[in-house]
Amino acid sequence: MDFSFLNQPAFSGGGVYLDWVISGIKWTLLVSILGWIIAFSVGSVLGVLRTVPVAWLRVPATMYVELFRNVPLLVQMFIWYFVVPEIVPQALGDWLKTKMPMPEFWNAVLCLGFYTASRVAEQVRSGIQSIPKGQTNAALAMGLTLPQAYRHVLLPMSYRIIIPPMTTEFLTIFKNSSVALTIGVLELTAQARQISEYTFRTFEIFIIATVIYALITLTVTFSMRWLENKTRVPGYIGGAGK
Amino acid sequence: MIEMKNVSKWYGTFQVLKNCTTRVDKGEVVVVCGPSGSGKSTLIKTVNALEPFQQGEITVEGISVGAPGTDLPKLRSRIGMVFQNFELFPHMKIVDNINLAQIKVLGRTADAATAKSMALLKRVGLDAHAQKHPGQLSGGQQQRVAIARALAMDPIAMLFDEPTSALDPEMINEVLDVMTELAREGMTMMVVTHEMGFASRVAHRVVFMDAGEIVEDAKKEDFFGKPRSERAQHFLSKILHH
Repeated sequence: MDFSFLNQPAFSGGGVYLDWVISGIKWTLLVSILGWIIAFSVGSVLGVLRTVPVAWLRVPATMYVELFRNVPLLVQMFIWYFVVPEIVPQALGDWLKTKMPMPEFWNAVLCLGFYTASRVAEQVRSGIQSIPKGQTNAALAMGLTLPQAYRHVLLPMSYRIIIPPMTTEFLTIFKNSSVALTIGVLELTAQARQISEYTFRTFEIFIIATVIYALITLTVTFSMRWLENKTRVPGYIGGAGK
Repeated sequence: MIEMKNVSKWYGTFQVLKNCTTRVDKGEVVVVCGPSGSGKSTLIKTVNALEPFQQGEITVEGISVGAPGTDLPKLRSRIGMVFQNFELFPHMKIVDNINLAQIKVLGRTADAATAKSMALLKRVGLDAHAQKHPGQLSGGQQQRVAIARALAMDPIAMLFDEPTSALDPEMINEVLDVMTELAREGMTMMVVTHEMGFASRVAHRVVFMDAGEIVEDAKKEDFFGKPRSERAQHFLSKILHH
């Protein structure tokens, strides 16, 4: 094991190889966190829509989820990057291909975001459906509208219940962000491969990458655990079986 | 005040309510009883449209419950309802449970709502528990809070759907006492219950249901004295003899 290559001048870019690693971390975090913001917001809306008693809202949400979670992420990445610019109106397609700043990056963010949204939607849906029907009835019986019942009664409990599975989704988006290397985003895995090719320190650099991924995901896990404790409801054991 | 005419309801091809006709006058206490699965709970939930029905008519103070243009949240806010499983909102403090609809539906200020909530909690003997969460209270206490929550809306009538069926035996009386007091004060009440002692003490009329039909609808004295139908006699003999 020899980690001294980190301080050697890099093949290009003027810095040392450590700078490549740091740049890789930066893009991994950016792609993942922006993707998560999309996934969480879009997924929450879709998850709610999948549970409403209005067919024309529920059906499109279900179709979205089935489409996005059943096509492999890698294929979706290629579709966003190579296919979408060809099938949208030509002016937009030309802009996507030539003028859009950082096209790999934004395509990766959108792809990861909209793919993970389908998985978040399923968690939100199962959370809402785990709340006993009587809770909705009680909310409606006191004169709340259905949106108010979601806002004040169903969602506050649902989000608490789904913190553990949502943690898994949040972790997965960091790991899935490595797929972005296939369309040219120089995130952590791409940088590790590149460094390995220039320095032949394959073991060392992938050990470093692994440790960094582990640190990121452990941080997420502990933050979510903190959130779970912070939002714990006193005396609440669970809504199952009611 | 509440009038039901020939109400029928089907789940698919299975008819759960068959031409149910009855009424609850102002200040009257009507107990609905009958074997499990006879449609009692379904019937009481049609009054505030928690259960839709396909045929017949229900009016509350002249307003049709089933008509498409009826403002259901407004109608429901005027009828209090208490459920078998209490259905307090677990993530909210006791006082916030009672405040919620006062603020969101009636538009009361937080101060006015809290004053009302505290007065009602005092009345049901639970003002010391205002800052706790539902999970920290016993079943009987939770049900008394649920009654206070319904009363906070100044309802014109109260619906009770098996309010003591989920309670341990030693807690049934504390809930029945609150209900008895309400009845003495002249509250209009429709009560689904198996508590025949409560019915014989407090009810004005008893409605007996079996297999989705109202088999008997009689003054309390007549029902307990000499039920006309064989089915009601059979039911009474089974539940009064132990």
